[in-house]
Amino acid sequence: MELILFYILAAILVVFSILTVTAHSPVRSAVYLISALLVMAGLFFLLEAEFLGAVQVLVYVGGIMVLFLFVIMLVNVREVENQPRANRQWRTAVVLGVVLSCELLFFVVQGASIFSTEGLESHLIVDGQTLNTESVGNLLFSKYLLPFEIASVLLLVAMVGAVVLTVKER
Amino acid sequence: MVETGHYLVLSSIVFTIGVIGVLTRRNVIIILMSIELMLNSVNLNLIAFSDHLQDVSGQVFAVFVITVAAAEAAVGLGIIIALFSNKETVNVDEIDLMKG
Repeated sequence: MELILFYILAAILVVFSILTVTAHSPVRSAVYLISALLVMAGLFFLLEAEFLGAVQVLVYVGGIMVLFLFVIMLVNVREVENQPRANRQWRTAVVLGVVLSCELLFFVVQGASIFSTEGLESHLIVDGQTLNTESVGNLLFSKYLLPFEIASVLLLVAMVGAVVLTVKER
Repeated sequence: MVETGHYLVLSSIVFTIGVIGVLTRRNVIIILMSIELMLNSVNLNLIAFSDHLQDVSGQVFAVFVITVAAAEAAVGLGIIIALFSNKETVNVDEIDLMKG
């Protein structure tokens, strides 16, 4: 049952990803990407990562993609539509992409036996008692507190940078 | 129960699609969206391993990846807006200010 659900979601995800990079208009591309991200959130739920599934929907679909759509509307879309969508190096790029995918698949297949759980101490087992959000929060505010603070500073810097970049000089 | 290898194969497929999108498209906005796709496939990898090893650390790292993706999108889109107001284009092969 879970496997069937996984295959359905995986097929939809791959189709939407391909549509994202091949769509002519940026608006359609953004809508396909939103669909792909929602399917990805479904996969997160399938992996019992409820917190990240919710964050994916809230931050990616609700925040980042809306920002993308705003910018697409700001720059002129009409002008973009009638031009070739690929640049001059697309043949080389496709060949490189196929080589990369062969490489990745080779290593995944080769390395499948390495990923065994034997002898690994799993120090934070997601048991029935603690919820996923609770355990993520516990870890985020104890072991990963410094990276968490650095991430908040990074967001502040990005915000200031975006404002500085877009503000008009008088 | 889905094996971890399935997730790895799926995430490598999505990552490759993102790479091809970055390398072939002319529109900067679509290139940025392909980068988001690649970052998301990495997230899928992290969470699949977090499930495989029964360790929540992978999910914490995915949270950081989402943070960095948000920051990157904000700065990238700011650059695109500044670029469009200067050059009136969003195509990468027409932006050659540093060619000399």
